[in-house]
Amino acid sequence: MTETISTVDTRVARAVDLVNREAELLDRTEYHVWEKLFTEDGIYVIPIERDTDDFAGTLNMVYDDARMRQMRIARMTEGYAIAAVDSARTVRTVARFVPESVSDNEVVLRSAQTLIAYKRGNHDLWAADLVHRIRLSPEGPEGDRIALKVIRLINSDEAVQAAGFLL
Amino acid sequence: MTEHIAPAEYAESDRVAARLYTDPDIFDREMTQIFERSWVWVAHVSELAEAGNFKSTYVGRQPVIVTRDRKGTLHTMLNRCRHRGASLCEKPKGKVNGFTCPYHAWSYGLDGKLRGIPYPDGYEGVLEKGELSLKKLRTESYGGMVFATFAEDGESLEDFLGDAKLWIDRFMKQGGGYPIKVLGKHQFTFRGNWKIQLENTTDGYHFPIVHRSWMASVDSETADMMSFMTDESAITHSLGNGHSVMQMVPEHSDLDLDDGTEPLQARFDHVVEELSKTLDEAQVRKVVRAMHGTGFNLNLFPNVSMSAAFFRVLRPISVDETLIEHVAIGPDGPPELDVVNRERLRIHEHFQGPFGFGTPDDAEGWDRVQRGAAGGPDLPILVNRGLAREKASAEGWPTSHVTDETGMRAAYAQWKEMMADD
Repeated sequence: MTETISTVDTRVARAVDLVNREAELLDRTEYHVWEKLFTEDGIYVIPIERDTDDFAGTLNMVYDDARMRQMRIARMTEGYAIAAVDSARTVRTVARFVPESVSDNEVVLRSAQTLIAYKRGNHDLWAADLVHRIRLSPEGPEGDRIALKVIRLINSDEAVQAAGFLL
Repeated sequence: MTEHIAPAEYAESDRVAARLYTDPDIFDREMTQIFERSWVWVAHVSELAEAGNFKSTYVGRQPVIVTRDRKGTLHTMLNRCRHRGASLCEKPKGKVNGFTCPYHAWSYGLDGKLRGIPYPDGYEGVLEKGELSLKKLRTESYGGMVFATFAEDGESLEDFLGDAKLWIDRFMKQGGGYPIKVLGKHQFTFRGNWKIQLENTTDGYHFPIVHRSWMASVDSETADMMSFMTDESAITHSLGNGHSVMQMVPEHSDLDLDDGTEPLQARFDHVVEELSKTLDEAQVRKVVRAMHGTGFNLNLFPNVSMSAAFFRVLRPISVDETLIEHVAIGPDGPPELDVVNRERLRIHEHFQGPFGFGTPDDAEGWDRVQRGAAGGPDLPILVNRGLAREKASAEGWPTSHVTDETGMRAAYAQWKEMMADD
């Protein structure tokens, strides 16, 4: 049996803090700050197939390396993309934290995300399983970074609304 | 009491009433008079490559299953048990020997024939199995595109496609000598009428405005390629039966025409390097030059567009909600081509889908049309751009600039004909 890792473990607690901070930045659309939470080789992905890890070999909704992420943020902040200019307001809760692995330099954390997006009288529900691979910094929590974030929507293989925000 | 006006009267050659987007009675009528009479796209052959493959989808509002039987024949059948109406299949795709209803276990073959009924003694003298096959639609295909229709007789698919067939042939050349296969698909909904999307695939006029943020994010070669606003050779033809083709990049309309002077885009250097290990130079050039697909959008009435490097499929859900699929495609060849298809997936993700750099802005525009059209249901929606400069091409196709609304006028002319009272 695999050993259960507690969320009280200080290394895990650092990862949980980062994930919560990240969620708030996205709800506040502070994308330029959010971008800095990723490592240089960090990947941000919303796959379509729920059970795949072969993101390069399959079609995704989002599959961003640093270059794509930077262009995406430019798009969402420079004021020309009408979907982003008039985007839904979002409030998300990240919970059900389960550490998958922990070491002194890395934590892999599973969680559940429930996001409500509100726009023009409609409340849309976006539910997802998340996986974060967090690289812990020897300098302390301020240096912790996201090396991988996978958002597996419960309905990723069916139709979702076109979105002007990020998950 | 208002005077009865037939829906067809709301569409004129250069304008349509906004109530075409908002009136639920018109929508109901469209579902029966257009989607239950016209040829409707249901699949690409690569989705049904082997015997036993199936795909569940819709024709209009009615759920169907498309299958390939043991003899290789394609069938489209209502996804509905003949006993008490339960849906037979809730999986989007797969491979089976047949379909068994989960309710009372009536079982059907891949061709829709009723094969088995449990405890059959209760039906002695009551029913004939031969009369209770699944309700079948006519199914025909052209160039790998599979269509079905509820119309039991009437024109063949090839007659319906007419001059669009030439453009389907050209579209498929982007396989670079290999057949085309489906690589995956994005699915999203927007809060608007289906015809808003039908118009959009032949709307060159919106491109630099709505897609400014995408243009800013791509390399300069790709941005130049899509700079057709003032290019006089970029033209749209009406092809008859509501079909039209919009040539944004005319030099890529027929990918076989290549004098070798056009440099391959530098962004694909790594693909060229990889492919050159196994393919000769001419083959590499063919596949890489077709990386962005063809240079045109072929809009087929009423539900599918073959758009540059993908298929756009629309499904009306209600008068003010529509589901769109953006189907990514690529060459179906040896594993050496995986590098090509991975690159095509990345190009598709960049623009398409619910989080692409293009689609969300389109969807916002369409939502806004639906919301705005609630004001002044009898005020016209204008589709008259370029009317004064529209001329017949050598082939006899009404033709105007790619930013003009020739393709929309073509679609609404077909709409009007199909919506006319019998």
